[in-house]
Formats: sequence, structure tokens, C-alpha cells
Amino acid sequence: MKTTLKALSTAAVAALAMTAGAAQAEVKVGMITTLSGGGAGLGIDVRDGFMLAIKQSGRTDIEVVIEDDQRKPDVAVQLADKMVQSEKVDVMTGIIWSNLAMAVVPSVTAQGKFYLSPNAGPSALAGRGCHENYFNVAWQNDNLHEAAGAYANSAGYGKSFILAPNYPAGKDALTGYKRFFEGDLAGELYTKLGQTDYAAEIAQIRASGADSVFFFLPGGMGIAFLKQYADSGVDLPVVGPAFSFDQGILQAVGGAALGVVNTSQWNKDIDNATNAAFVDSFQAEYGRLPSLYASQGFDTANLLISAVEKADVSDADAFRAALKAAEFDSTRGDFAFGDNHHPIQNIYAREVIQEGDVFTNKILGVALENHSDAYAGDCKM
Amino acid sequence: MTFVLFAEQVLNGLQFGIMLFLMAAGLTLIFGVMGLINLAHGSLYMIGAFAAAAVAGATGSFLLALIAALAAAAAAGALVEIVVIRRLYDKDHLDQVLATFALILIFSEGTRWVFGSFPLFLNIPETLSGPVTLPGGIQYPLYRITLIVAGLLVAVGLGLLISRTRIGIQIRAGENDREMIAALGIDISRLYTLVFALGAALAGLAGALVGAIQSVQVGMGEPVLILAFVVIVIGGIGSIKGALIGSLLVGLTDTLGGVFLPQLFKLVMEPSAATNLGSSLASMAIYILMGAVLIWRPTGLFGARA
Repeated sequence: MKTTLKALSTAAVAALAMTAGAAQAEVKVGMITTLSGGGAGLGIDVRDGFMLAIKQSGRTDIEVVIEDDQRKPDVAVQLADKMVQSEKVDVMTGIIWSNLAMAVVPSVTAQGKFYLSPNAGPSALAGRGCHENYFNVAWQNDNLHEAAGAYANSAGYGKSFILAPNYPAGKDALTGYKRFFEGDLAGELYTKLGQTDYAAEIAQIRASGADSVFFFLPGGMGIAFLKQYADSGVDLPVVGPAFSFDQGILQAVGGAALGVVNTSQWNKDIDNATNAAFVDSFQAEYGRLPSLYASQGFDTANLLISAVEKADVSDADAFRAALKAAEFDSTRGDFAFGDNHHPIQNIYAREVIQEGDVFTNKILGVALENHSDAYAGDCKM
Repeated sequence: MTFVLFAEQVLNGLQFGIMLFLMAAGLTLIFGVMGLINLAHGSLYMIGAFAAAAVAGATGSFLLALIAALAAAAAAGALVEIVVIRRLYDKDHLDQVLATFALILIFSEGTRWVFGSFPLFLNIPETLSGPVTLPGGIQYPLYRITLIVAGLLVAVGLGLLISRTRIGIQIRAGENDREMIAALGIDISRLYTLVFALGAALAGLAGALVGAIQSVQVGMGEPVLILAFVVIVIGGIGSIKGALIGSLLVGLTDTLGGVFLPQLFKLVMEPSAATNLGSSLASMAIYILMGAVLIWRPTGLFGARA
């Protein structure tokens, strides 16, 4: 009799808690990402990966508001203000580009909101400018370039020609490569941002006596460079970060990218159940192979869901601790945050291969194991 | 700096200039004949590239792709002229800029709607791929040589069209005095549509030719458009000859400046500072050139009196 009563009252309390939960524990997520203009492919992949994870979780208490920043910092700032002040979101995410992240993230976190970065990882937010409410689920910007430097050592390259666009992330890229590369430089070039013709640079590479080329040219710049490089008759090996070799642009580069080694924290053949299910379900849902950006969006959403399951977003300390614990199944396998809320993870060397008609990547090996970033020491939280 | 590297960079500059000419020629014709500032010219370049990529993807023939690029861009140009631009001739330049800017947005998002957000694949035809060795031991991609030759042929053809044909006479007359040639019984609106379509076709051709070595994506036309405006300001607005000379000047300045300025600064500074300063100056070089030309000749090199 007594036990029945106890059970009944527990059930009643639980029922009460559930109705209360349904009424107020709703989490509102603001996603600002690039859905139009030149870099839209990246934003669309992040969005699709994120929404796939939300859909698979079956949760109805997470509401996502999505807006397009058009890759413009001023638009992103406006949207962020709107989301924080009038939409009253609890968590923000979605920004692709570092310059937009720098314009939005500090003010969002200062207003007590959480920000989960699915892509941009500027060094300023990883070191002195780190914040307890800012979590980066992708990488610190330098990471993939550092891995490229490490790969170049292991491949025995002694004299690299390196180039990147003349803007902050380009400088971070070359710095990252040089931080790990032990050989000499045959040349170092900063190209114009948005440049599409690399004939002049390729001529310099040809004349430089280099034994390898490292380049960071995201998006269309990389497509142009690879096509022109393949046609130039210079046949030095090329390494680069995954940004010029993601699933979205490989088809546009075509055979010119075959065999090129690039570094990434994710690939579709990383062997774990989460990743296999992600690749299959993404293909089934959207009819294309996922890119690393899609995997980052997917992981970001799953991190969020893992925290929502453990803590109420209105209890900021508990929610933060739940995010920090990162107890979710990542498509990358093991995943943990360092003290500056940036990932500690393996970064792989991949090779571009052709599977039937589709160009894609295959993992060659680990370039950097359990890699953190160079700025973590400067972060005092 | 060896002779081979220098010669290769000069060829690169020439090739870049020739491609700019295809854009600038249409732009300058349209401005010269109709007095219209057409910001949407870059969109026509993009349409050419997308049409070429789509047709090359479907048929595998680069020649068909080029024909499709010409046809699609000319058709888009004619359509835009008839539907939108025609209403703008007697408006001032600000209205034209606003309307044609709107066209850029419409074309960009329309293209994304049809083709998606990811860049398309368009490659060099097999027969033109790979490098050839020129006299003097210069290795240079065959496709880029083809571009230079094709561009020069178009320049000659355009020159003959303007100086030797009836249409050319009408175009030149239109540049000089619009009312008068209308009064002489020339169907001015047909002439305008024709000139617009011709300019559009040239832009589309440039888009398709260049798309094969760059990336075919939404928004690819706007950076080229800015350079094309610099070209026609340097060459003199309305002058085809000016557009050709201006294109080559801009192409050579941009390419050679980007290569040699950093090296020049390395003689007097430490390398990383020299690279930084040199690259920054190199990106300004064409605008400095434009400024210098305008101080010397305010209407451009071959511009008519203002």
C-alpha cells in the first residue's frame, strides 16, 4: 500500500515536471549562416547537417531560427542583435567566416548567450579573447594547416613553396604551416583575396626550385588554382587543408585534384557507427555526399542536444558544464574540449580519389594526434 | 629573375588583358552608343560560363559549349535590353546603376535557383590541355595561348565590323549623335538591341573561355566587371581601340606588378615586410595607373572630348 502511494506520488511529480518542462524548457537556437552569394555552399552544408541531427533526435523542444548573413559582417551583426533582443534565443550558432564571427561572437557571449561555432575558429577567440560561453565544435583556424606542415615533414618534403590569400585567415594558414614544417621555404606568397588567375604564381613556383607546394585557397580560388596548376606542367606534390577539397567543390575541380593530399579532422570513412549512420542518412535526406562542413553542423547539433538532455538552458552554469563535458557521439569518434573550449582531436591526412563518377577523399593516416591549438595557453577562464 | 620567367609573366599579363578586353569591349560599346552604365555586364559573363558548363556537361563538346555561351549571353542581353534597359536610356546614370544593380541580384539568385550553390565543372578540352614549349625554352599552357589568339581574332573582327560594315557605321554614328541617326531613318531601337546583344555575347564568350580554367560559380562576374570599368576609363569611354590598349595595360600592370613589386622591395627591406608591402602596392597598381592616366588625359587614352 505504502509503495503504491509512493509510486503514485512520484508519477504525479514526474507528470508535473513534464508539463512544466514542456511549457518552459524549450530551447531556442539562432542560426546565422551564409545561404546566398559566393560562399553559400558551406552555410547550406552546415545548416543541413545541423537540421538532420535535430530531426533524428525527434525532439520538439528545440526551435531553430535560421537567417542568411550573405557573407556580410554588417548583416550578421544586425541579425545577431535581432535574434538576441527580439527573438530571445538561448544559443547561437552557424557562422562560417572568421571575420563575421569576430563581429558577432564577442557581443553575443557578452550578453550571456551561448555560441557554438560550427566552423570559424579565429585565433583571437581561442587565446586571450576566449569566453566561457563560446564553444568551437570544428577547429581552431590554424589546426588543419599545422597538420599539413606535419604531413609534409613525414612525407620528406624539405623545400616548400607556400601561398595563401592576403587576409587574416590566410596569414594564420601560413603561420600554422610554418609552425610545424621543419624544412626550408622556397617562397612565400600572399595572393589577392578572391583572385581567380594564378598563372603568375604558378610561374614563380616553377622557377623556385621547390619540392612541394602548400596552399590555402578556400572555395572558388582553390578550384581555379588546382585547374591551372594541373594544366601548367608543374608536377610538384601539393598539400593543403580540406577547405579546397571538400565534397562540394571536388566535383568542380574534377581530375585535377586526384591524388592531392589534404588535411581534415573528418572524413566519410572514419570508422565509427555514428559516422556511418550520418553519411548514409545525409545522403538519403539530401541526395548528396556530406562535406566536412555538414559533419561539423551535425556534431554541433548533437553537442547541443546532449547538453539540453542534461541541463536546463536557463541554468547557465549547469548548461555550460554539460556542453563542456561534450558527451555526445561525434562523427569524428573521440571528441573532447580543451580548457579554451576548442576541440582536442585527431587530424588526418586524406587523399583525393575517384569512386565511380564521384570525386571524394580517403584517409591515409593520422597527421596530428589529439591535437589542441597554439593559443590555449593564453586563455584564462 | 630569368628571362624565361619574365617572358612567361608577360604572356600571363597579355592573356589576362585579352580576356579583360572581351568584357570591356561590350561595356564600352554599350556606354558609347547608348550612354548606359551597365553593372549587369558581369552577370552576362556568368551566364556564358554557366551555359558553357551545362552544355559541356551534357554533350562533352567544348565547341558546342562555346556556341551555347555566345547564344545564351546574347539572348539574355537582348531580353534584358528589351524588357528593362530600354526604359532607362533617358534616365540619369543613378537610375541606370540602381536598375542594373538589381539585375545583378536577380541573375545571381536566379542562377543559384537553377544550378544550385555549388560551383560547376567546366574543363579545358583534351586537345588543348597541357603545356607546350615555346622558343627560348618557355613552358606555357597551350590553352592560354589559344585564349590569346582567340581574343586577338575577336579584337580584329570587332575592329573590322566597326570600321568596314554598315552596322559599324551605324554604331559609330550612334556614338556621335543619337538623334541625328534616328532622324536619318535608322531603326534606333533595333540597333540598340543589337549592340547590347553583341556586347553580351562577348562577355558570355569571355565567361566560357575563362570558366574553363577558373571556377564556374555564382558571383564570378563582379570582380571582372570592376576591372573592366577600370579598363574603359583608362582607354577612354566608347573607344574599342582604347578598350584594347587599356585591357593590355591593365593586364600587364596587374600581373607584372604582382610579381615584381615584392621582389623590388626585397632589395631594400627584409623579405616578409617586402612581401606585405609589395603585395599591397601591387593590388593598388592598376588604380594608380588609372589615376595617372586620368591626370594626364582626363578623358582616357582614346576618349572623345568630354
